Amino acid sequence: MSTDKTGQGGTAAPEDAGHAQEQRRELVQLVTPAGDRVSHPEFDYWVRDITDEQLCSLYGDMAVVRRIDVEATALQRQGELALWPPLLGQEAAQVGSARALRPDDFVFSSYRENGVAYCRGVDLTDIVRVWRGNASSGWDPYTINMATPQIIIGAQTLHATGYAMGIQNDGADSVAVTYFGDGATSEGDVNEAMVFAASFQVPVVFFCTNNHWAISEPVRLQSHIHLADRAAGFGIPSLRVDGNDVLAVMAATRVALERARRGGGPTFIEAVSYRMGPHTTADDPTRYRDANELEDWAAKDPISRVAGLLERKGLLTEELQQQVKDKADAVAREMRAGCTTMPDPEPLDVFKHVYSTPNSWLDRQQDHYARYLASFGDPAGAVSEEGAR
Amino acid sequence: MSQMTFARAINAGLRKSLENDPKVVLLGEDIGTLGGVFRVTDGLQKDFGKHRVVDTPLAESAIVGTAVGLAYRGYRPVVEIQFDGFIYPAFDQIVSQVAKLHYRTRGAVRMPITIRVPFGGGIGSPEHHSESPEAYFTHTAGLRVVTVASPQDAYTVIQQAISCDDPVVYFEPKRRYHDKGEVDEALDPGIALPMDRARVLTPGTDVTLVSYGPLVKTALDAASAAADEGVSVEVIDLRSLAPVDYDTVVSSVRKTGRLVITHEAGQSGGLGAEVAASITERCFYYLEAAPVRVTGFDIPYPYSKLEMHHLPGLDRILDGVERALGRPNSLSGLEG
Repeated sequence: MSTDKTGQGGTAAPEDAGHAQEQRRELVQLVTPAGDRVSHPEFDYWVRDITDEQLCSLYGDMAVVRRIDVEATALQRQGELALWPPLLGQEAAQVGSARALRPDDFVFSSYRENGVAYCRGVDLTDIVRVWRGNASSGWDPYTINMATPQIIIGAQTLHATGYAMGIQNDGADSVAVTYFGDGATSEGDVNEAMVFAASFQVPVVFFCTNNHWAISEPVRLQSHIHLADRAAGFGIPSLRVDGNDVLAVMAATRVALERARRGGGPTFIEAVSYRMGPHTTADDPTRYRDANELEDWAAKDPISRVAGLLERKGLLTEELQQQVKDKADAVAREMRAGCTTMPDPEPLDVFKHVYSTPNSWLDRQQDHYARYLASFGDPAGAVSEEGAR
Repeated sequence: MSQMTFARAINAGLRKSLENDPKVVLLGEDIGTLGGVFRVTDGLQKDFGKHRVVDTPLAESAIVGTAVGLAYRGYRPVVEIQFDGFIYPAFDQIVSQVAKLHYRTRGAVRMPITIRVPFGGGIGSPEHHSESPEAYFTHTAGLRVVTVASPQDAYTVIQQAISCDDPVVYFEPKRRYHDKGEVDEALDPGIALPMDRARVLTPGTDVTLVSYGPLVKTALDAASAAADEGVSVEVIDLRSLAPVDYDTVVSSVRKTGRLVITHEAGQSGGLGAEVAASITERCFYYLEAAPVRVTGFDIPYPYSKLEMHHLPGLDRILDGVERALGRPNSLSGLEG
């Protein structure tokens, strides 16, 4: 393309040169959207041990994660959840990366990584606890080595970097992995996290799911270059991977983890995917994006892609499909039951855990509120919501 | 017992904590090789190594944000914010993460982080080096906020803050860094006065004068000047700003019936307002006069040629004492 600086008489405006440059960055892919396994000189090595059985298992995980997402969306529509952030379309990015982790690795994610939480072994009821309004976090982070999801965009990348500083101090070979989106890459915290991670060469993986949309804002508004290309400015090696290709995601994550484990420092992974659903159940994407775009990405669906691969290998049997469906149904049933039978918190729980040691201000307020509640004649402090108002 | 400056006393307290607990790590800008711009961490990196006394890149949000990650991993980070006015880039990590993680995780994750902040004015600095931002943090649930007003407290309270399982913002009165006082290094922080308790410094019967941090010395000078005129002032060092030890202030005001509170921070929405309201609620029938606030103005911290007009000095505090006593003062005859 022309790089005519005057912008007159040339065939392209200067910004087009940037676009052309962008096209040159490789998108690592091991399975085509149609389901054909394509060989890759570098990345085949990293999934060489994946057996047919494991491939079926990845397919199963992705189908179950999608079922969780669909069920949670339904629970929101039925008034059982206040809100839900769908991950529809991002199953490969989440399952492929999470299944590459060891139990002693530690995840710091955003609120959309419920598929990662599933792979970490979260109790299914805990997935919806926050969204039902019963708690500010669903699980004890230390039971599954995954911090409770972060809502402040990008803040968790610093926590992962600090955790990795701790791993380094401890002389351990585990890794901190942080998940965030394309929008988060504009936040100061994410940039500061990369500065610190590079300076201290700590074992952290920056896993950026570029799902193309930050609520209504397209990724183009966040960056004029590939997000992966930004990492070079921090001195951090990066990979740009087809985020809808579960094998490619797993390979890339393993590369990054291996580097971190042997003391090679941080890696930035851009997993190129697409948010098929709304930002949350409160969002309406028809106001800002083209239906054609959705269709294009539906053709690259991560689950039908693996199904295609399994079919070509003769593994997509009716038996497998039935097994996966049964598992997904069972998971959905368990999550729904856990959600709808979850006990409401007690009124005085509102004061719990603000501090871990007694605090004279709060103790006094709690005492006064307990007396107020008791003034309704119920010493247990039970009061209707109207009463509390 | 030995004579020590505030800066040296904090240094000794940090050293003790580093010795006693291998999970204590220090993070901050220039705290390693240089020993901090005020030399508070002097010599610590040399003795404890670069992994325990960490010179960080210049990003306050990251200093606090990585401390959160270290706390997740079981560490007890102590971060230094170089100057009060540099804390704002870290505000989100402090307010949204450090303060809330224990609550968010229903007690599963503890945040035993100490955030050291040199604060206050009087050192002739340009903008952003002389602020008193304590009220932002006392208004934030989940944080404990403490100040120190003597080298002994500086030594003891820093150790109590570090061993506390809740996050603590520890404000250091920077214009007093070089003031000296007696420090008993053998004093066990576990049996010393807890950091969330106020301390009556001079008993008195006519007026209760409440202060904290750098103005405690000024308050003591004011009490001494008032004594020369036959007025008995009880000076209380609040020490803890969140929570405030109201029991100590209440017993004093029930005795004196008069309250003056003084701080460098601006008046509106400040600690003085909080103390005045709470004491009025709890001591209304004991009060002989309305509580009086002698504070900095509601202005950006001024350029240094004017800072002494902004900072409450001995005479302004005495004027406030006169007001509380109902004696002639600068506002006599003014309604409301």
